[in-house]
Amino acid sequence: MKPAPFDYVRPGTLEEALQALAGHPEAKVLAGGQSLVPLLSMRLAAPAVLVDINDLPDLDHVRVVADGVRIGALARHAAVLRDPDVARVQPLVPLALANVAHATIRNRGTTVGSLVHADAAAEMPMVLRLLEGSLDVAGPGGRRTIPADELYVGPLESSLHHDEIAVEAFFPALPGGSGVAFEEIARRHGDYAMCGVAAVVAVEGDRVVKASAGYLSVSDIPTVVDLTEALDGSVDDTALAAAADVALEQLDPETDIHATADYRAHLARVLTARVVTAAYENAREEQQS
Amino acid sequence: MTTKMMGAKVQRVEDDRLVRGTGRYVDDVAPDALHAAVLRSPHAHARIVSIDVDAVLDVEGVHAVWTHEDLEGAMAEPLPLLIPHPTLTHGRTQYALAKDEVNHVGEAIAFVVADDRYVAEDALARIVVEYELLPAVVGIEAARTATHLVHDDVPGNVAARMEQSNGDAAAAIAAAPHTLSLDLKIERSACMPMEGRGTVARWDPDQNRLQVWTSTQTSTGVRAAVAAKLGLDLGQVDVITPDVGGGFGVKIVHPWPEELLVPLAAQRLGRAVKFTEDRREHFISSAHERAQMHHVEVGFDDEGRVLGLDVRFWHDHGAYTPYGLIVPIITSTQLLGPYKPGAYHVQFDSLYTNTVIVTPYRGAGRPQGCFVMERTMDAIAAELGKDRADVRAVNFIQPDEFPYDQGLIFQDGRELKYDSGDYPAMLAKIKELVDWDHFEDFRAAKAAEGKRVGLGLACYVEGTGVGPYEGAHVHIETSGKVKVATGLTSQGQGHQTAFAQIVADELGVRFEDVEITTGDTRRMPYAVGTFASRAAVMSGSAIHLAAKRTKEKALRIAADALEADVDDLEIVDGVVSVKGTDSSIPLGTVAVLSNPLRYAFDEASKAATQFNVGDPTKPPVAEDDEPGLEGKDFYSPPRSTFASGMHAVIVETDVETAEIRILKYAVVHDCGHLINPMIVEGQIHGGVAQGVGGALYERMAYDESGQLLNASFMDFLMPYVTEVPASIEIDHLETPSPLNPLGIKGAGEAGVIPGSAAFAAAIEDAERLPITAMPISPSELFALRATHAPHAQESK
Amino acid sequence: MTEQTHEIRLSVNGVEHEAAVPARRLLSDALRHDLGLTGTHVGCEHGVCGACTVLVDGQPMRSCLMFAVSAAGHEITTVEGLARPDGELGPVQQAFRECHGLQCGFCTPGFLTTITAGIAENPDPTEDEARDMVAGNLCRCTGYQNIVKAVCRAAEIARESEAVR
Ligand SMILES: Cc1cc2nc3c(=O)[nH]c(=O)nc-3n(C[C@H](O)[C@H](O)[C@H](O)COP(=O)(O)OP(=O)(O)OC[C@H]3O[C@@H](n4cnc5c(N)ncnc54)[C@H](O)[C@@H]3O)c2cc1C
Ligand code: FES
Ligand code: FES
Repeated sequence: MKPAPFDYVRPGTLEEALQALAGHPEAKVLAGGQSLVPLLSMRLAAPAVLVDINDLPDLDHVRVVADGVRIGALARHAAVLRDPDVARVQPLVPLALANVAHATIRNRGTTVGSLVHADAAAEMPMVLRLLEGSLDVAGPGGRRTIPADELYVGPLESSLHHDEIAVEAFFPALPGGSGVAFEEIARRHGDYAMCGVAAVVAVEGDRVVKASAGYLSVSDIPTVVDLTEALDGSVDDTALAAAADVALEQLDPETDIHATADYRAHLARVLTARVVTAAYENAREEQQS
Repeated sequence: MTTKMMGAKVQRVEDDRLVRGTGRYVDDVAPDALHAAVLRSPHAHARIVSIDVDAVLDVEGVHAVWTHEDLEGAMAEPLPLLIPHPTLTHGRTQYALAKDEVNHVGEAIAFVVADDRYVAEDALARIVVEYELLPAVVGIEAARTATHLVHDDVPGNVAARMEQSNGDAAAAIAAAPHTLSLDLKIERSACMPMEGRGTVARWDPDQNRLQVWTSTQTSTGVRAAVAAKLGLDLGQVDVITPDVGGGFGVKIVHPWPEELLVPLAAQRLGRAVKFTEDRREHFISSAHERAQMHHVEVGFDDEGRVLGLDVRFWHDHGAYTPYGLIVPIITSTQLLGPYKPGAYHVQFDSLYTNTVIVTPYRGAGRPQGCFVMERTMDAIAAELGKDRADVRAVNFIQPDEFPYDQGLIFQDGRELKYDSGDYPAMLAKIKELVDWDHFEDFRAAKAAEGKRVGLGLACYVEGTGVGPYEGAHVHIETSGKVKVATGLTSQGQGHQTAFAQIVADELGVRFEDVEITTGDTRRMPYAVGTFASRAAVMSGSAIHLAAKRTKEKALRIAADALEADVDDLEIVDGVVSVKGTDSSIPLGTVAVLSNPLRYAFDEASKAATQFNVGDPTKPPVAEDDEPGLEGKDFYSPPRSTFASGMHAVIVETDVETAEIRILKYAVVHDCGHLINPMIVEGQIHGGVAQGVGGALYERMAYDESGQLLNASFMDFLMPYVTEVPASIEIDHLETPSPLNPLGIKGAGEAGVIPGSAAFAAAIEDAERLPITAMPISPSELFALRATHAPHAQESK
Repeated sequence: MTEQTHEIRLSVNGVEHEAAVPARRLLSDALRHDLGLTGTHVGCEHGVCGACTVLVDGQPMRSCLMFAVSAAGHEITTVEGLARPDGELGPVQQAFRECHGLQCGFCTPGFLTTITAGIAENPDPTEDEARDMVAGNLCRCTGYQNIVKAVCRAAEIARESEAVR
């Protein structure tokens, strides 16, 4: 289990990094390496060039702005998770991040790297979609912003071009009168989950006015479902069951060695009820405070 | 008086270097070595049409690339079948490098030696093999059906069929007032030590000698195999077992292809060569265990007493049978546990499949046997509406019935005769530990919270300390330091500590002055190996005996020197003295006197000049004596000694998600006298964790084509700290073994044995639906709930 | 077809080392085979087991998931760097010994480095926090019971020796 040979560059500026990428059709960005290095060691990937972006300046920020949180490409999961401002502005980010791998992996792995890696079993791509965030990428033609719902195009496939580097992710702030919740079920603590669900619920008084849920590991790309209509203002058992029905129509769980499709669907149902209820309660609390 | 070391929680002498990072594991030695890598079959069953290695030859840094064609003589023959058995009529073993055919994904095909492992792997990628695919036989059902054969010349895929009985089980069942039949299944798992396999060899042209370091559970076995295969004299081969990063059984297998190829390469290339197995290789080219299907017929009376028991089972041994029938023989005999059925009949088939070989993994067939027997006990209790512990109790062998002969032949070819034990006392302890009698209150309280809990119990008996022998050599140096060697190897069991405790007690020396060497054929060329929970019993006893001999000699010489009677002497802290006087002599000085040398080197030699020993009219070394203060002895027991234990577990099964949580885990354990309770408890902890893994998480997931789908730690789910019980409550019972001088029994494997049985019982108890296959995942429990009337008979 | 090597300076346990390594050399291999620091162990090479965990600028990271070239310029601490300056065992090492927190010792270096960073951040962990601290490391021998005890004990020893100073 050793990587095949590759050329290695560690540019000091974004321009150089983009040039290095542009110069080789088989070049790949190396960020935290927590997903890429195992693939290299197992020789499941063998890029000709690795462009190590860890020396790029000014990319390790976790910054709270007026309408949300901006996370630089070199901010490690651990730094984002630890940041009290993030938890205040968008509590779903740390709730989900606490479920990403183990602490040691989070010390090196980047949140932006996880977004680009586009694993439908990963937490953060789903959260980005649910929150309707976006990813800023730099390419030979300059910078562009990819809205989350245009980012995921297939299994482990994002809409980034080969010669682009993601520089910053944007997670919108939680609006007033809203609550969030996250829960996932993994075989072992720290594993990729068999199913995970996050919810954002907005209330007026005790009525749900908007609700949506994000799903991981139960479809081949991170999936978000609008539950507002199905809930019809309430979170009683009937409403929750209706919401789960709507969600399941849009999910496509598969059987693998850890769980059957049926079981995953069941978990999606159970977790939908749990997180919608919890998000609703958080929203009510938020409203009262 | 020195305090007695035996039975004390002495801190381990191994730890200082291990926590500093200065241990020496096999990959740590010979930094100058070349590195080997192995091309492995990507197919489960195929004929090799051709192999083209041309593209490798011009890879810079490659020193050798071999296929079967490059092997000669004994090396070109199949690997040895280590443990033949008369019923193993169709035993087959692999070649060091595949010849014409491969029979599992991972089988070795070509061997490359290069400057480093990276380059060696580059070279592997350039070897071109043309295969003709053959149908793969995967799983016990496919093997039994035998639509396809693994080996053309093995009809029905059956390597062996074996049968044993005690009494007429069929008649007893037919006549019994109640009968039941059960089908029970256990899947594949594996030892999975954190350190994989590894071998380093260096050929010394000046001495014409081969030195081999290997991560093994038997250095003497590897030595004999290497010498035989390479055509060397035994005396030309030294095998040293450095620190070993865990074994749990898999490293008893020998010789692995690499254990021969690496020495051969070292000899041919004149350079040190190293093979360090990576994790993927460990999954697909070492060994697995556990997979068996069982059918049980049982007849019993109104009290639940088993009158007749008939077990038929099928054992999946993978592609080859290098380790013979040890695992299924153990299942077929140890299944009986602490019970005495009126009559017993067992028959098994050992079957070929196109999967990794099966050899003992901690517990070695016992977890399956225990699962079968304990599921049967629970089924009887359910049928009669009786308490599960009571049904067990009526079947126990009673304390006054020892030695108890089960009327069968055990894995070592000797009688299955239990030496000692006290099962009723043990049951009382485990019931107390888990609060058995009040469990229904607990269940009711949990039910009121909407939670579902269950309690499971499992009992086992484990034959430990199997023969044939182990030996030990004790040498007291003139410094007074005691150097002890025993041949078997250590993989973390703290032997250096436990054995030093035995020596310190027997010789009367300070614990710190004793140094134990294990697994070095230069120091002790006669040994068997570390398996079957035998190290403490076998080597511990041998060391005790050798120390005793050494002591006798020391006292004889000291008596002469001190002009006293042997019976008046005592040894305390390494000094022999005449009891009640200040006349004394240090053992180091006795060591000087034991060796009538002309030359003096040290203070001890000078000190020795004040003593006169020996009769000046006789030769300096008497006819029946030897120079040196040494003692050597061997321990060879008539048969195994039988440890026992009972585990109880309380689980919660999540009503919604079917997740299985462990609320309590309790163990009562009897391994006779304890040498070091701290070490024994550590062994139990580790065993329990592996039991949890085997019951709830770990399985080898093969697809129909014979690909192992989860050959990584990402998908083969060994428990982290978050998956094991937060605490394990342990109580000991000590019924000493009459078979060895220390009254000890083995403890290494015990913790894992009842895991699957206990969890199955607890989950069944929580869910009220039969659990007949292990391991079980939440997904599977969910599926079971769907197929059974959901929590229907929530009655009693 | 000679592979290009990179001249790198690695600072390990406060000592500067120079080495010429190919870009693909894993940090774990560079430590073990280029620098001879074999205390860091390799159990899986895919980031799951934690045996290879070292501290990079004080933070635990998997050395099997980093390239040596990427580690240049960072301060690495391996198990060999955990003893006190006077050669006595460090608090975590001492606690593992006292609590029988190791058997074969193969996983141990990864636990020791992880816990060293863990108790620096949380000097008085509860048992649950102790468990959480080691939740990303596999051990096949000990069943973790004594490792959790050792975490609490290590924190205690560290606090005591802090108090002395
Ligand atoms: C044992 C283990 C368990 C894990 N468990 C989980 C888990 O439960 N949940 C989870 O979400 N993740 C898990 N991970 C993955 C972890 O979160 C990774 O850190 C993350 O997925 C990728 O981030 P990285 O910075 O390490 O990216 P890298 O590994 O460096 O890169 C991943 C991919 O993204 C590309 N890339 C990275 N950054 C950029 C960029 N800025 N611009 C363009 N392309 C880029 C790379 O080219 C590569 O293709 C686990 C990892 C391990 C080793
Ligand atoms: S070797 Fe690095 S995590 Fe296992
Ligand atoms: S002590 Fe052996 S793996 Fe942990």
